Amino acid sequence: MINLKNVTFKWHKSDSSPTLSINELVIEKGEHIFLHGPSGSGKSTLLAILAGINTATSGEVSILDQNLTTLSNTTRDAFRADHIGYIFQNFNLLPYLTPIENITLGCEFSKSRKQKILKQSSNKNSALQQEAIRLLNALGLTAQYHHKDVAELSIGQQQRVAAARAFIGSPELIIADEPTSALDTNNRESFINLLFEQAKLSNSTLVFVSHDETLKPLFNRSIDLISLQEQV
Amino acid sequence: MILAKLAYKSLLNRRASVLLTLFTIAISVMLLLSIERVRIDAKSSFSNTISGTDLIVGARTGDIQLLLSSVFRIGHTNNGVSWKSYEYITSQRGVKWSIPISLGDSHKGQAVLGTTLDYFSHYRFAKKQSLTFNKGHPFAAINEVVLGSEVANKLGYKLNDSIVISHGMGNTSFHHHDDNPFKIVGILNPTGTPVDKTLHIPLAAIDLIHGGSSPAHAEHEKHNDLTGHPKQITAFLMGFNSPLYTLQIRRNINQYKPEALLGIMPTVTLKELWEMLAIVEKILLLFSAVVVLVSLLGMLTTLLANLSQRRRELAILRSVGARPWHLFTLISIESLLTTLLGCLVGSALYYLVIFSASGYLQSHAGISVNITMLSYYELGLIGVIMAAGFIIGLIPATRAYFYSLSDGMSIKA
Repeated sequence: MINLKNVTFKWHKSDSSPTLSINELVIEKGEHIFLHGPSGSGKSTLLAILAGINTATSGEVSILDQNLTTLSNTTRDAFRADHIGYIFQNFNLLPYLTPIENITLGCEFSKSRKQKILKQSSNKNSALQQEAIRLLNALGLTAQYHHKDVAELSIGQQQRVAAARAFIGSPELIIADEPTSALDTNNRESFINLLFEQAKLSNSTLVFVSHDETLKPLFNRSIDLISLQEQV
Repeated sequence: MILAKLAYKSLLNRRASVLLTLFTIAISVMLLLSIERVRIDAKSSFSNTISGTDLIVGARTGDIQLLLSSVFRIGHTNNGVSWKSYEYITSQRGVKWSIPISLGDSHKGQAVLGTTLDYFSHYRFAKKQSLTFNKGHPFAAINEVVLGSEVANKLGYKLNDSIVISHGMGNTSFHHHDDNPFKIVGILNPTGTPVDKTLHIPLAAIDLIHGGSSPAHAEHEKHNDLTGHPKQITAFLMGFNSPLYTLQIRRNINQYKPEALLGIMPTVTLKELWEMLAIVEKILLLFSAVVVLVSLLGMLTTLLANLSQRRRELAILRSVGARPWHLFTLISIESLLTTLLGCLVGSALYYLVIFSASGYLQSHAGISVNITMLSYYELGLIGVIMAAGFIIGLIPATRAYFYSLSDGMSIKA
C-alpha cells in the first residue's frame, strides 16, 4: 500500500542535512497506523510527502504501487483527489457551505470517488447527499446539524464533518493529521473508534498522526518517527 | 456546475464587499448609458428642431447666425428682409409655401413670433411632424395669440386669458403696450424645440405693437387681415416643389440686387453647427469612458484584495481535490457574475434615471429623451463592459492559478 525507500526531504537544495530521512517504511493495505513523534520530528513533512503535496528530494515513494516521485503535478493532484482522504488538523472546511455540501465537495473533484458512490446507489440524483448523510450519522452528527452553516458548529462537530469528507467515496488511504488535538480524552477515544469503523467499512488504510502517545494502545501498529529516522 | 455553485455561495458569503463592487459597476454602467443617451438624443433633438424647410432667408449675415436667430431664437439680426423682397422671391416658380417670421418682441422673457397661418400648416419639426394643438385653434384675429406648450406651462396661462406683449426682448421692457392685450386662443403640444418657448401672433399684430398704424384703425378696418402690410420681416422659411429649385433659388437670393440677403439650407447649417459642438460631444464620451475605467479598476482592486483574504478558502478547495484550473475558472466566474449583475442593476438604474429625468430634460434643455428598449449600440456598450470586466477578472484568476498547494495545507486556522 505505502512503500518508502531511502527517502530524504530537504526544503531547500542548499540545506546541509535533510528535514526527513527514512530508510524504509512499509504500510500494508487495511492497516491502522499510529504515527507519533514530538513536534518538529517531521510528522507534517512525512504526511505532505505521502499525500504528494511535496515531493521527496531523493528516494522512492510509492502509494498503491504508483511511484509518486515520477508523476507530474497535475497527475499527482488527480491521484490525491482520487485515492487519498485527508483530515486536516484545522479541518479546512468552507465556512459558507453546509456540512453536507462540504462533504460532497470531497468527491466533486474526483470522478472515481463519485463513480464509486453512484455505483452503489439506486437514486442517482441524491446519491452523494445520501452518502454524506450516512457518513455524518455514522460519525455521530445528528440530522439537525446537517444543513446548518459550518461556522455555527462546535469544534467536535466540525471534526466529524471533516472526517466524513475524507471518507466519502471510500478512498484507499485516509490520512488524519492530529484531528483530535482539540478534544478531551473521552471524545478522542470514541472519535477514533468511529474512524476505525468507517475505515473498515470502506476498506481504507488509516494513517493517524499525533504527538499524544496515550492514543497508541488503540491502534494495531504504531510507528515512532524518531526511531524510524534513526535507522539510517 | 459545482464551480458555479461555489462561486455563487462564495459571493454570497462576501456579500458586503461584492455588493459594493457591484454597485460601483452598476453606477458606472448607468452613467455611461445615461450620458450616451443624452448625447445621442441631444444630437437628434438638435437636428429635429426644424425639418421640411428647404430654405431660410434673412438679411445677409453668417449662415449659423441666421439659423440661430430664426430657428433657435438665439441672438438677433439687426437687419430684416423687406416685404417687397419677400413678396418677389416667394412669387417665383417652384415655391410651394412660405412662412414669414418677425421676431424681436417678447413676453416675460419668452420670444414672440409674428407669422401667418401658413406657419401652422407648413412648419415641420423632427421627422416632418407638423404642429398640433393641445387646446384651441390658430389665431383668427389680430389680437389673438397661440402659445408654445412650455410658455403656457411656465406662466400658467389658460385659454381665453389676456396677455400683454412688450416691445423688445427681455423681461424688463420699459415700454409696455398695455393698450394691446392679446387673447390666448390656442396652446400647442410639446415639440421639444424652441417652438415650445414661443408666443405666436399674427404678423399684422407686430406692426400694431410698434405703432406702425393706429390701433383703432386696425381694430376696425383690418380685423381679419392677419398679414397686414409690414415694411420688413426678420426672415422667412420656404418649401419647394422639387429640390432642384432649392439650389437655383438660393443662388438667386444670394445674388439678389435690391437687398443683401442670405439663403441657407437648414439641414446643412444644422450639421455645421453640430460639428462646432462636436468637442462637447467628445468630452462627454470621454467622461463616460473614464467612469467605466475607474469602476473596472475598482473591481480589480477589490478582487485582488479579496484574493489575499481568500488564500485559505482557495487552498481548502485545492486540498479537497480542486486543480489549479478549477480555481482559475472559479475566480473568472465570480468576476463575470459580478459584472453581469452590475450591468443588469446598472441598466435598471439607467431606466430609473431617464424615466425620472426625461421631463426635466424636455422642459429645461429641450432634449426629448425616448424611453425605449436598449438599442444595439447600448447593448454593445454593455457587452464591452462585460468583456472588460471578464478580462480584468483574469488577472486575479491567473494569480489564483499559481497558488501552490502547500500554501494552503500549511495555513493554520
